[in-house]
Amino acid sequence: MQVIDLSWWQLALAAVMVVVLAGCTAALRLGMSRSLLIAALRTVVQLALVGLVLDALFAAERLVWVALMAMAMLLIAGREVMARQKRRLLGGWAFGIGTLSMFLSSFTVTVLTLTVIIGPEPWYLPQYAIPLLGMLLGNTMTGVALALDRLTDTAWRQRQVIENRLMLGEPWQVAIGDIRREAMRSGLMPMINAMAAAGVVSLPGMMTGQILAGTAPGLAVKYQILIMFAITLGTGFGTLAAVAAGSRRLFDARERLRLDRLGSPRS
Amino acid sequence: MSADSLRLDGIAIGELAAISLAVRPGEIVCLSGASGSGKSRLLRAVADLEPHAGEVWLGEQAQSQTPGHAWRRQVMLVPAESHWWAETVGEHFIDPPVTAELAALGFGPDTLEWQVGRLSTGEKQRLGLLRAVSREPRALLLDEPTANLDDASRERVEAWLVERIRVRQWPTLWVAHDHDQIARVASRHWRIVGARLEEEPVSCR
Repeated sequence: MQVIDLSWWQLALAAVMVVVLAGCTAALRLGMSRSLLIAALRTVVQLALVGLVLDALFAAERLVWVALMAMAMLLIAGREVMARQKRRLLGGWAFGIGTLSMFLSSFTVTVLTLTVIIGPEPWYLPQYAIPLLGMLLGNTMTGVALALDRLTDTAWRQRQVIENRLMLGEPWQVAIGDIRREAMRSGLMPMINAMAAAGVVSLPGMMTGQILAGTAPGLAVKYQILIMFAITLGTGFGTLAAVAAGSRRLFDARERLRLDRLGSPRS
Repeated sequence: MSADSLRLDGIAIGELAAISLAVRPGEIVCLSGASGSGKSRLLRAVADLEPHAGEVWLGEQAQSQTPGHAWRRQVMLVPAESHWWAETVGEHFIDPPVTAELAALGFGPDTLEWQVGRLSTGEKQRLGLLRAVSREPRALLLDEPTANLDDASRERVEAWLVERIRVRQWPTLWVAHDHDQIARVASRHWRIVGARLEEEPVSCR
């Protein structure tokens, strides 16, 4: 089965409908038609550019280019994690902790999945490596951002409780233990929910794409299961690492709570 | 366990500079001063909850040579407002206090099953003191320990604290406003004036 070709004028039809929606939100004065249109425009521009980059990448099939692309994706994800936090750690720590934990988890899981499980030839074959890493990074980013935001925001709200526990002589790990567990949970929850609902409530995007492209549903399902597991691993370990490092950074060497290391809240 | 004295050596935090002060075992030294003069911050420095200059000694043990939590376990700060994180009162105690201790502060034995949400300010303050004291520290830092209490329970708590401090020989820094209270409990009284401490007579009458 051949994929039916899509031409730009057909996409324009879908775009017109988005504009209609923007008109409706403007009429209802939701105050978001502007951001809706800008986001839609960004989708078009960003995906078109990525299409060009991927074309070049697939043609070149060189490890250096794949690694460079992966690095660029990681840094952008790190910036996004930082931007999504209300009270971020100052001095580059918000970016550093987010990026490093995503690097450790997403890259390790991607490389393991490629070399040990899927085994394309060569192992960095961009048609496999880039989409896999992209899906992992995207989800890990959400988990890490949620968990770090939850950690710093709750620590701020409950600073007096944490300090009172420190006064009673509890080590910092105990004093912030409840908050740390809560933050880790909030980072893991979306993936657990996604796995629980997969195929029943939602048809996962990648599987849908593969089926549209003509893959037998049986094989598409296997790939989807593999991806879901890989994403869960990446998100899980990424979240655990980020919260562990982030909560350590909230205390100094004398185990004092140092909320002066957090920036002022941003809306 | 031998009783040690608590010695502040050149503490500087906020407006306060070069505060030096020694508290003998079992002695109560009261600190007073206008609000915002830095009484609470001084106690926080002694408990090492805020970065500060200078050293604090508990006997031969230096604050800077002791891990943070181990220091605070021995030099116990009790804030004016205590905070509670678990469901019930009892979960905040490592070893449940004996009935006599609870009764001394006006509580029945069922208090440990109370929900922390229903505690009044005064109950929180009294239970906060009991919670800190039951962890068997070696020195006490009290920040207005009777601020939220009515007259009757103030005297009861005062007497209970003084007795504990004398029996356990804890060197104690006690932040207080009330001159009558200072006269009742303190053996020395220092007032914060600007950046330093000035000694005042314990009784102003």
